[in-house]
Amino acid sequence: MTDSPILETRSLGKRFSIGTRFSAEGKRTVHAVDNVSLTVRRGETVGLVGESGCGKSTLARCLVRLYDISDGELLFEGEDITSKSLSELRPLRRRLQMVFQDPSASLNPRRRVGDLVAEPLRIHGKLSSREIAARVAELFELVGLLPDHVMRYPHEFSGGQRQRVGIARAIALNPDLVVLDEPVSALDVSVQAQIVNLLADLQEKLNLTYIFIAHDLSVVRQVSTRIAVMYLGSIVEEGPAEEVFATSAHPYSQALISAVPVVETTPSGTRKRIILTGDVPSPLKPPSGCRFHPRCPIAVERCRTERPELKEYRPGRKVACHFPTV
Amino acid sequence: MIYAILRRFGQMLFVMFGISVIVFLIFFATPGADPAARIAGRNASPEVLEAVRHNFGFDRPLYVQYAKMMEKIFVTGDLTSFVNRGWKVVPAVMDSIPVTLSLVFGAAILWVVVSIIIGIVAAATRDSWLDKLLMALGLLGISMPVYWLGEVMNLITQSRYHDSWAFSWVPPLGYKNFSDDPKGWFLTLIIPWITLAILYIGIYGRVLRAAIIESLQEDFIRTARAKGLSETRILLRHALRTSLIAFVTLFGLDFGALVGGSALLTEVVFGLHGIGKLTYDALQNLDLPMIMATVMYASMFVVIANAVVDFVYILLDPRLRTS
Amino acid sequence: MILSVRDLKVSFRTNDGLVRAIDGVSFDLEESEILGVVGESGSGKTVSLLAVMGLITDPNASIEGSIRYKGRELVGLPPRELRRLRGNEIAMIFQDPMTALTPVYTIGWQIAEQIRAHQNISKAKAMARVEELLAEVNFPNPHEAMSRYPHQLSGGMRQRAVIAMALSCNPALLVADEPTTALDVTVQAGILDLVRKLRATHKSAVVFITHDMGVVSELADRVMVMYAGRVVERGSRMELFSDPRHPYTRALLGSIPPLTGEKPRRLPAIPGSPPSLLRLPQGCAFGPRCPVHYEPCVTGRPDLGIGTHAAACFRVAQA
Repeated sequence: MTDSPILETRSLGKRFSIGTRFSAEGKRTVHAVDNVSLTVRRGETVGLVGESGCGKSTLARCLVRLYDISDGELLFEGEDITSKSLSELRPLRRRLQMVFQDPSASLNPRRRVGDLVAEPLRIHGKLSSREIAARVAELFELVGLLPDHVMRYPHEFSGGQRQRVGIARAIALNPDLVVLDEPVSALDVSVQAQIVNLLADLQEKLNLTYIFIAHDLSVVRQVSTRIAVMYLGSIVEEGPAEEVFATSAHPYSQALISAVPVVETTPSGTRKRIILTGDVPSPLKPPSGCRFHPRCPIAVERCRTERPELKEYRPGRKVACHFPTV
Repeated sequence: MIYAILRRFGQMLFVMFGISVIVFLIFFATPGADPAARIAGRNASPEVLEAVRHNFGFDRPLYVQYAKMMEKIFVTGDLTSFVNRGWKVVPAVMDSIPVTLSLVFGAAILWVVVSIIIGIVAAATRDSWLDKLLMALGLLGISMPVYWLGEVMNLITQSRYHDSWAFSWVPPLGYKNFSDDPKGWFLTLIIPWITLAILYIGIYGRVLRAAIIESLQEDFIRTARAKGLSETRILLRHALRTSLIAFVTLFGLDFGALVGGSALLTEVVFGLHGIGKLTYDALQNLDLPMIMATVMYASMFVVIANAVVDFVYILLDPRLRTS
Repeated sequence: MILSVRDLKVSFRTNDGLVRAIDGVSFDLEESEILGVVGESGSGKTVSLLAVMGLITDPNASIEGSIRYKGRELVGLPPRELRRLRGNEIAMIFQDPMTALTPVYTIGWQIAEQIRAHQNISKAKAMARVEELLAEVNFPNPHEAMSRYPHQLSGGMRQRAVIAMALSCNPALLVADEPTTALDVTVQAGILDLVRKLRATHKSAVVFITHDMGVVSELADRVMVMYAGRVVERGSRMELFSDPRHPYTRALLGSIPPLTGEKPRRLPAIPGSPPSLLRLPQGCAFGPRCPVHYEPCVTGRPDLGIGTHAAACFRVAQA
């Protein structure tokens, strides 16, 4: 069951145009996502990690076709949905859902939460109002909200409860795949773990597939079965979550993971940390060769000229580096 | 930079072209608006009408008529009025421009200076009695119609108290050329300036106060406090500077409209023969060439004012320079 | 002793009633020491430091207790006197570098403004000092960076500029309010390194507010954990992380997913959410979420007690 791919991208790319022909620098193109080939299997959780601006959110939005795709192909259960029109996508929308970062911004403050959760059921389903009410009650129980919460407004809830409402909305139509874009980042630390656990429970109960984005790497590791590390629009490393964290092969992944502050009870300085110099280059002017070479501690001449491809060097592990640590 | 200015200039020309075409079509090509019938007067015989039509070129295609009109306004400048035969339109507009510009410029300086002071003082003392008083006065200024205020001003300064020491300096109504009599120019305009400015002082003072108070909630104000700056410096250098955007936007729109003829009521009340008065009279008589000329002039000022506002934006906010 | 806070109470009058944002906070800070303050939203960690800075401008706020900076009482000090300390002897770094700088002035101008607010030096001298400072916080091209506007810099560079500004008058006390929360981990690592280095070179004492236990454990000498306006546990870094005593500290540490080793199937989560300051529970504020609460927790409110490592919990006192 877990082996059949539910979503697959082949050399997927997303370009944005900036400015017009008339602006000072002319019309320019940003490759926000560049040549991404990723397979998501049913029931797994793929975590996307990388610095802000690496294209992980753009990629996630392409995967549910919230953005149009510029290059490559997107396959859902083997069917090409790259260029399907909005009306052709409608039946698919039900099966691909998204949860956003800020629960208070994505919920209409003037409507009762019961209404908000019922909305997708009304739009997509052919249920009677009694059936809808029953389904809403069921969903509330699933996400750990009380039945009498349906009559409340979003502002009467805490951040964690609001995110539960957002999740209830996303799973209302029994989707197959849910994209979670920073679902716990706006929450208090003590509440994050609750939501992480809830997501795990729902995945098990409803056989969901997740694509999970968070800047907190320890949360991503906890939630994900597989991880894709992105840098400037491309995947530089991919593999099972625990393996990538334990033995990362790409120097960027190593630096990223080493930068995560962890609670240590030993005198400080025992953990080796790689501090990257400089900022992420502008995607408008990406560096030649390997995109990471200006910040890479082990870059040589070849990295400046030749761009490494994402290659499988061991079953399940892929890396895009001329000199991976393997 | 030069490219951007040229582009802006091109846009301005395009907008003015669009306005001229629209105005032309409204008056010359809408059904029932036969300009020849207007010129020939009531009960004119068909022969007379035909003669007028031919005489003024109304039997030619529309684009020829349009081109002729533009040529007469901008190139030869010899467009004549339909109503007062032989009255040249372009010199009439040119004569009115200094009157309106004098009125609006002076009032604008007055209202900008006073409203900035009021806005700052009110924001600095917000919720105090002074703030409340200033805002109440501002509201009063906004609520008073210009024609009523102007008449009251005239009543006080021209008749009722004209002989008292306070207003004996006020000259009779009318405009004096700056080049002939600078002192007279200044004195005749003082009361009109105040009258026109009062409304705008009320609006601008309130807008600026709100913008400054909003700015004071920003994070960078907290940073400025943490730096140990004085409250005065925080207010003037950090909060005011970032609040001026809304102020400038409003100013560009109002200034352009006023110079373009919206100061009509003030002009009429104080007997100033400016653009507003000229346009109003032309509309009364449906004097098409005059309407055409004043509208072109007004649109030019609105467009220029907008361009200046855009330029001031760039001066005020460096974020707009790169993007 | 740089800073000594005793029984600090900050409350706000609101339409819904009195909000006690801080209720009896006490702590000390030695020269060139880093104190980590950990807590969630509403724990009062930011408000307590704004009180120290004298930056609570809300007319509905009331501040009680004592804040002594180098022996001098700051509570009730006239604004003019306080202003002389602020930015000069006590400096602050804010959470969001995107909004912390005035958008219409260059970085150089803004830093020089602070220097000239406290020192009587020429503009040129101030600018020369700015260049030094920017070099010190690792700007690759400090001279060019001076003429940059905030929006032209990345988040990390902006935060470096804010830090350079905070350091411009060699403050004895630096207050940092979640300075790395808005940044990527890679950038955060650089900033934490910088704070460590500057503590050594400038001998500033640092109060570092964060919600991230990992950050505290890497940076702080001593740690203070806050919950609902009170300090629930304090101790040295080693004491607190190797022997956490308060159930809240323990639970918070337990709910962080591990970065290495076996993944737990479920995370040990704390039930519920942090209480609203308007409706604090009776007794211990953490009681309703506490796994080990018992009768005394409902009626009484545990005190922090004395000693370097202390926890405000009846269970701990009992053991």
